[in-house]
Amino acid sequence: MPSVRFTRNIQRHVECPTREVNGATLREVLDAYFQGNEPARGYVLDDTGKLRKHMAAFIDGRQIDDRDRLSDGVPAAAVVDIVQSLSGG
Amino acid sequence: MSDRCFVSTRKGLFTLDRGASGWRVARAHFVGDNVTLTLHDPWSGDLVAALNHGHFGVKLHRSRDGGATWQEIAAPKYPEKPAGYVPKTPVEGTPVEWSLKLVWALEPGGAGEPGVIWCGTLPGGLFKSADSGDSWELNRPLWDDPLREQWFGGGADQPGIHSICVDPRDARHVKVGVSCGGVWTTRDGGNTWTITAKGMRAEFMPPDKQFEQNVQDPHLLAQCRSHPDVLWVQHHNGIFKSTDGAASWTELKGITPSAFGFPVAVHPADPDTAWFVPGTSDEKRFPVDGRVVVNRTRDGGRSFETITRGLPQEYSYDLVYRHALDVDETGNRLAMGSTTGSVWTSDDGGDSWQTVSSNLPPVYAVRFEKEN
Repeated sequence: MPSVRFTRNIQRHVECPTREVNGATLREVLDAYFQGNEPARGYVLDDTGKLRKHMAAFIDGRQIDDRDRLSDGVPAAAVVDIVQSLSGG
Repeated sequence: MSDRCFVSTRKGLFTLDRGASGWRVARAHFVGDNVTLTLHDPWSGDLVAALNHGHFGVKLHRSRDGGATWQEIAAPKYPEKPAGYVPKTPVEGTPVEWSLKLVWALEPGGAGEPGVIWCGTLPGGLFKSADSGDSWELNRPLWDDPLREQWFGGGADQPGIHSICVDPRDARHVKVGVSCGGVWTTRDGGNTWTITAKGMRAEFMPPDKQFEQNVQDPHLLAQCRSHPDVLWVQHHNGIFKSTDGAASWTELKGITPSAFGFPVAVHPADPDTAWFVPGTSDEKRFPVDGRVVVNRTRDGGRSFETITRGLPQEYSYDLVYRHALDVDETGNRLAMGSTTGSVWTSDDGGDSWQTVSSNLPPVYAVRFEKEN
């Protein structure tokens, strides 16, 4: 199963431990993660379900292409990283 | 008379308490976080703070013990756009996102409406909660009004609702101020809305469009509690007043040192008394000649006195944002905060001011704890 890990910056707002969850696309993976941690959803995705403007997602170190629909494929043993986009210097 | 005031800043929420020796900063919450607005609900005693985390979005937190502890509650959520629906802003021509960008107004409902909170947002949404913020519903009649799509941003990229006035006589009678979209009124609790900005003038528009109601940029709308048909507006290019419940507006002329500014506060018992904080219009936005002053009228706007006592009078560049001036329920106590972290209070109706701090983070909003 893919594992999902989060930037430490989010942890002071909402606890997001690394977890393994099922899913073949980033949308499926994140939905599975947030089903077990609903408060975290709004910190990563905006209210339209897109990746927040200043957040970034990597699958095995590769930045995703589809920030809106989160359709990027996720291999079974992949590591998904959810981090902040660097902005503001 | 209020002995407590909440100061929302770029780096936290600060509570001011009034003791025997005057006002002081008593507590800090959310230190390091961007607190854009705080509501004290006089009916429930709840505090609701709006935070904008930037990377992580806009959140609301509620305290039911005077600010000792806080819990995150639901944030307003826009509905999904209908398939194929691509609205455009009239100026930029870009699609409007149906997504929360900022909580720009929080006001309690009226008497007999326990748990009701109104919330104005960017981009141009008016939300209502009937359960003290546990859930929110977008007011569709206003959102779906074709004129709403013509609203455009003032200082922000998108339009927003920054002022909500619930009529003390009838909680179904609500007015909202929109930058830029004028003043809107409902008399049936939000089922139908009418634009009510007749008489306002928008200097920033071409000459033949300056009196169009839906282009007006009221920076803040304030209603007299004891005379709710009297409303004041600090507008982008002037000060306007209505004495007929916003059916018509009159521009007040000849105001010195400037008619530009953001906030306005109205005496709760005297509709002729209002306070403003003038600035240099409009692209520079700092106190005229570097002197912080408060303009007060006590004759309904026929004349204004410029008050300087206790306020810095040289090399001062404090801008007071639209929600950063407040008056308590007696009309005697006022507080204001600035973009450079100064907070001043007055215990004599604005005759003189005392510095509470010059070192807070940039201030977005000040609100007294008021009785209902």
